[in-house]
Amino acid sequence: MFRGRIYLAVFLVAALTGIPITAAIAAEVNLYSARKEQLIKPLLDRFTEDTGITVNLLTGKADALLKRLQAEGANSRADVFITVDAGRLHRARVAGVLQPIITPALSQAVPQSYRDPGGYWYGLSVRARPIMYAKSRVKPSELSTYEDLGNARWKGRICIRSSSNIYNQSLVASMIIANGEARAETWASKLVANLARPPKGGDRDQIKAAAAGQCDIAIANTYYLGAMLSGKDEAQRRAAEKVAIFWPNQSERGVHVNVSGAGITKSAKHKQNAIRLLEFLVSDSAQQWYAEANNEYPVRPGVARSATVRAWGDFKADSIGLSELGKYNASALKLMDRAGWK
Amino acid sequence: MATLSWVATSFRERLFDPWSIGTAGIALVLALPVLTVASFVFYPAGDVWRHLASTVLDDYIVNSLSLMIGVAIGTLVIGVSTAWLVTLCRFPGRRLFEWVLLLPLAMPAYIIAYTYTGMFDFAGPVQTTLRQWFGWSSGDYWFPEIRSLGGAILMLSLVLYPYVYLLARAAFLEQSVYAIDVSRTLGCGSWQSFFRVSLPAARPAIIAGLSLALMETLADYGTVQYFGVQTFTTGIFRTWFGLGDSAAAAQLSALMMLFVFALILLEQRSRRQARYYQLESRSRPLPSYPLKGTRAALAFILCALPLLLGFLLPSGQLFVWAIQTADEMINTGFLRLVLNTFALAAGTALLAVLVALFMAYGRRLKDSAPIAVAVRLAGMGYAVPGTVIAVGVVLPLAWLDSVVDGFAREQFRISTGLLLSGTLFALVFAYMVRFLAVALQTVEAGLGKVTRSMDDAARCLGYRALEVVGKVHVPIMRTSLLTAVLLVFVDVMKELPATLVLRPFNFNTLAVRAYELASDERLADSSTAALAIVLAGIVPVVMLSRAITRSRRTQADALATRKALTNDT
Repeated sequence: MFRGRIYLAVFLVAALTGIPITAAIAAEVNLYSARKEQLIKPLLDRFTEDTGITVNLLTGKADALLKRLQAEGANSRADVFITVDAGRLHRARVAGVLQPIITPALSQAVPQSYRDPGGYWYGLSVRARPIMYAKSRVKPSELSTYEDLGNARWKGRICIRSSSNIYNQSLVASMIIANGEARAETWASKLVANLARPPKGGDRDQIKAAAAGQCDIAIANTYYLGAMLSGKDEAQRRAAEKVAIFWPNQSERGVHVNVSGAGITKSAKHKQNAIRLLEFLVSDSAQQWYAEANNEYPVRPGVARSATVRAWGDFKADSIGLSELGKYNASALKLMDRAGWK
Repeated sequence: MATLSWVATSFRERLFDPWSIGTAGIALVLALPVLTVASFVFYPAGDVWRHLASTVLDDYIVNSLSLMIGVAIGTLVIGVSTAWLVTLCRFPGRRLFEWVLLLPLAMPAYIIAYTYTGMFDFAGPVQTTLRQWFGWSSGDYWFPEIRSLGGAILMLSLVLYPYVYLLARAAFLEQSVYAIDVSRTLGCGSWQSFFRVSLPAARPAIIAGLSLALMETLADYGTVQYFGVQTFTTGIFRTWFGLGDSAAAAQLSALMMLFVFALILLEQRSRRQARYYQLESRSRPLPSYPLKGTRAALAFILCALPLLLGFLLPSGQLFVWAIQTADEMINTGFLRLVLNTFALAAGTALLAVLVALFMAYGRRLKDSAPIAVAVRLAGMGYAVPGTVIAVGVVLPLAWLDSVVDGFAREQFRISTGLLLSGTLFALVFAYMVRFLAVALQTVEAGLGKVTRSMDDAARCLGYRALEVVGKVHVPIMRTSLLTAVLLVFVDVMKELPATLVLRPFNFNTLAVRAYELASDERLADSSTAALAIVLAGIVPVVMLSRAITRSRRTQADALATRKALTNDT
């Protein structure tokens, strides 16, 4: 009886503290992911099916996961860190929690501008942030560049979300790289003066507001429009149909793009499995899934886009190295504070 | 010499008895995360402060203050008026309102924010229908902007007023009939009697409820972030993560803690000023003013409104969405979510109440300044945003793990890896840090009902300390204990940011699921999980309200006990 209690206590302690009770080392890989469960789990399940490697998943906000990774240090259980923007991947590299990995499969699948030069991280899918306009009130011929949105004729006609959002921080960082900090700040101030309402809500909200007539122009990532178009919600679909995409800056640097991507942690205990997972995520079939399930752009050249995405046409993407965006993130945020971008 | 040794023993007893050490020890451990974050204050913060001060700091202060004042007014007006109506008036529906008024407690603030936006935003069905009916377009008409400071105040007031209601109602229930009677014979009308007798007597309880509501307000991130209201919490996140400056972010947190300290002082002051016990036995039930006609209708509407806006409308919207999406969302995985959430919330709630009981007793038995400070420190976590707590938990646990690991490697050549980080222990610890204040407030309020003369009488009769607890305290405090369990249960169930950062692999809760879908702007898909949180929250709410209604009988028992004790002495 007494002994039984001791066993129970030991078991409870083990269960609570996560000491592996079985000595056998399972074929597994541990993942910290800022990509939400519904946008990664189906792929991971397929990976497990193909390879027999179990994937343990922890989703959360990138910044907090990165803090946890840093604190856990060499003992961290995480093998792979996934984020939804290059800025955070750059931050993770600077924080020293990633290790360089270079394999032929990865180098071949991911174009140079979508991966870290040192192999610390690789893009998994490309996300474009173009201008969207209400078809009934704006002619595409009126539009040209991001810079032009500072023009006074757009006064009270633009919707964009808060400067707290990393996609906007990256966009402004790309403006700093292209035009210098002073001009980027002037542009941001003018953009703020042209806003139809104080920034609020997410990207879908901006698209909906443009469709409903609160503004004429929205800046948003394309997959949100794709999700609205292919979703089940009738009202959202009708709203999305009132809006079209304009690819800005085509005669110069191109549309601002970012990637969701992944790196292997310095502490990885299952490095080989982690590499297999990364290689799987940039494989043809996985890339197809990104395109079909979430209307993102595959990072791997030659993989077909979804029908919805194909209808938006081709575009020239800004080719600056994405790790540059991370470097200018703090400057971008301060600049937006000064410009009064809420 | 003898005197000297007596002084020494007494000093040692005062500082080193198990109660003092235990209380101070637990308090210190629970204060560790907050202290960890606060310690960043001593790092140099670079020029970020100049930047903040010249750009956004004013906004943070003004918005946080306005939010707190607004929510204070909102929760007081709703909470106190409804509590008084259902306790002291008779009107149709009163018995029902007694407990359904607690329901908004089960509604997470960020969920109600999402649903209201879905309904009342410019692109939502209400405004769209209006535009279609009247042929308006943007700018032709005025409609209250839901995503604004005012909207945030409304949302938070609607889900936080139950704290005030709960404690105010308990206080009204315990009030002496005689005090009210005397005030009436002295010529007070029912209104005057309310403002001059009932309200002042209930003030400590009301302030305690209010300070809980305001601490939640300060810690809120989801609502203000979604509404684009720049407050301290959003500022901390921007500074920490966007600017990558943890020192400046910690200093912002420290500045925010000043608000909390102000609140705690306010609460303590009000409690000290009103430190009296209602000693008369109460054989008669409280008077109840029968309301007829218009007044009854008004009372009904006054109670129905917060229920409608804070619960029925948003859960109705969730329900409509859930019908469209439930068959896709409910599967075996979903059942697992419900179980995880329920087990986590129930376990933490029980643990929190046990710890709160221990600390409240420690304070009662050994009332010294260091212990009082320690207990307050342990409760600070309630006003700190979950993510900040989470970081404060991760750092010391990871440090401990690596020390143990280093030791084991050196001594036994084995690696223990991470023992505590990334386990349920870390998560429950964070919940304790964050929500102990709720349990502590409630338990202390309950313990305050037990007068010291009762203790003395029981001790005179030869009961030992623990026997006093079992025979005298527990019956008197039953409602308070249940309230504490319920509040922590519901809070844990709704908790998101700390859960997100600290949970183990492959472990999800309803709040995490609801958030992941909602933040992907899939409100309809997130509704099933959100609705499940609300439904799971209703169960303990019903249990609690039944306990409160029974409490008058329990109190009669307690009174009998007390009478027996006093007579014996």
